[in-house]
Amino acid sequence: MPQTLAQKILQSHSDDAITADGQIIRCRVSLVLANDITAPLSIQSFNEMGATRVFDNNKIALLMDHFTPQKDIASANQVLISRKFAKEQNITHYYEGGNCGVEHAFLPEQGLVGPGDLVVGADSHTCTYGGIGAFATGMGSTDIAGAMALGETWLKVPPTIRVNITGVMPKWLRGKDLMLLLIGKIGVDGGLYRALEFGGPVIDALPVEGRLTMANMAIEAGAKVGLFAVDALTRDYCAEHGRPGARALAADPGAPYEQAVNLDITDQEPVVACPHIPSNVKPVSEVKNAAIQQVIIGSCTNGRFSDMRDAAEVLRGRKVDKNVRCIVLPATPAVWKQCLREGLMDVFMDAGCIVGPATCGPCLGGHMGILGDGERAVATTNRNFKGRMGSLDSEVYLASPVVAAASAIAGHVAGPAQI
Amino acid sequence: MNHKGTARKVGDHIDTDAIIPARFLVTSDPKILGEQCFSGLEPNWAQRVKTGDILAAGRNFGCGSSREHAPIAILGAGLRAVVAHSFARIFYRNAFNTGLLLLEVGDAAHSIQDGDTLEIDATGGRIRNLTSGAEISCPPLPDHMAGILAAGGLVGYVGQRLKKGNRVGETS
Repeated sequence: MPQTLAQKILQSHSDDAITADGQIIRCRVSLVLANDITAPLSIQSFNEMGATRVFDNNKIALLMDHFTPQKDIASANQVLISRKFAKEQNITHYYEGGNCGVEHAFLPEQGLVGPGDLVVGADSHTCTYGGIGAFATGMGSTDIAGAMALGETWLKVPPTIRVNITGVMPKWLRGKDLMLLLIGKIGVDGGLYRALEFGGPVIDALPVEGRLTMANMAIEAGAKVGLFAVDALTRDYCAEHGRPGARALAADPGAPYEQAVNLDITDQEPVVACPHIPSNVKPVSEVKNAAIQQVIIGSCTNGRFSDMRDAAEVLRGRKVDKNVRCIVLPATPAVWKQCLREGLMDVFMDAGCIVGPATCGPCLGGHMGILGDGERAVATTNRNFKGRMGSLDSEVYLASPVVAAASAIAGHVAGPAQI
Repeated sequence: MNHKGTARKVGDHIDTDAIIPARFLVTSDPKILGEQCFSGLEPNWAQRVKTGDILAAGRNFGCGSSREHAPIAILGAGLRAVVAHSFARIFYRNAFNTGLLLLEVGDAAHSIQDGDTLEIDATGGRIRNLTSGAEISCPPLPDHMAGILAAGGLVGYVGQRLKKGNRVGETS
């Protein structure tokens, strides 16, 4: 029987024979992750369950990335709990400080997740790894505690929505625009309980980092996972990032999709998701008179090197508007170093940006770029919910690094064609 | 599993940042989180909640982050159940895992008004609106899910099962 990508990967991690979508199966997990916000709760549940050892100390990743560098006493104490647990359990992949990056940028970059893996994480953007053909999904801390103890979890086999993207990719369009267009079309619950599977000629040609950006925001459509086939581009990426020998993986012809969604992006201009919901998507030129006070370029969605290069290409030789704080946060230490090596830091500093450490910080309104009353930001992050980045009276527009950089220069929401 | 309480109404697509903003995620204490419940929607929202109230919500309740602090904050505020059109999937698991009863009722959720008195019979799959007289039906809560709630969540439930030696495949 032909299978979707989701069915194929899940089957390879389960002894239960998958016969239909909606079936509940028990699966072995390849990696279990948590961060400085969610790990303490997971550890508490782990202890209360009566568990004493993690199932495999090489298959747990704890990344202290959300409030790093720790913003106050309480957030430092959260790390303390995680660090103690990591020491007691001899966790190999415990990262904090200058060894740590934003989790969903860091793990694929370091080859700690790879094609065909089944990954569960106490963070909703765990779905990012679908960009390299891993079935990866977010759960709460207690579910993750169970997975840490047992090395397995239960999942409902999701029905799949096949997303075909066709047309000619315009110069300034990026994976972020494609994903926002999809979310605008199907809505923030359009993928609820479902897997998204991406394909079509535009996807075949899309660089892996663009695919990671798209998979990252599957959760913003309510989806369990956003999957891409493992092709030559994926295998090259993985070989360069410590996971050589990945095998090609794709859905079978005639796979049973619940529905298909088609997008033609020929002549499409870059888009933004306007406040306060990621599905409120508009072409950037239609947003008029939206003066901004902050730009964030970074995060698990758009903090990779190609994102930095995009931002630098727009910022080179230009100046950030004097009423805007433009904050650039390369998402991992390796991205930071590559920016330094290739001269991008000069471009950012000459343009008047603030360059900060790898942190989730402002994306979730944590620190390092919080919005005041009535302030407005363009951010390359993933959520524009009311108050997400600070004051309940502030606004966040989601966009690609291209649009974010152009907006920083213009001082208002703008695309590269408007500067 | 029966419960009677006053409905506190919120809208569609209420996200976990609205339920509990990230700046408060430096603790797991239900009391502290409960005081800030829905402060991402409206400052001091939790102050008007009386213990035992029932939250009435629209579509896709609990969308956004995986923070388990969201159902903990709702419980900490004194709310005992959420009746909604539909729920985001991570939130759904988190709620039962932390001991919060959810009832998915589709379009009937729109008929509930703020301040209505609701009587929930979860295992019977019925909600009576004593204010309007309407009766809403929903899928009955399965026994094992009721068991998780009765144990105060998945941790307590797993603990009880382990104590009984009642693992997968063994009969209770």
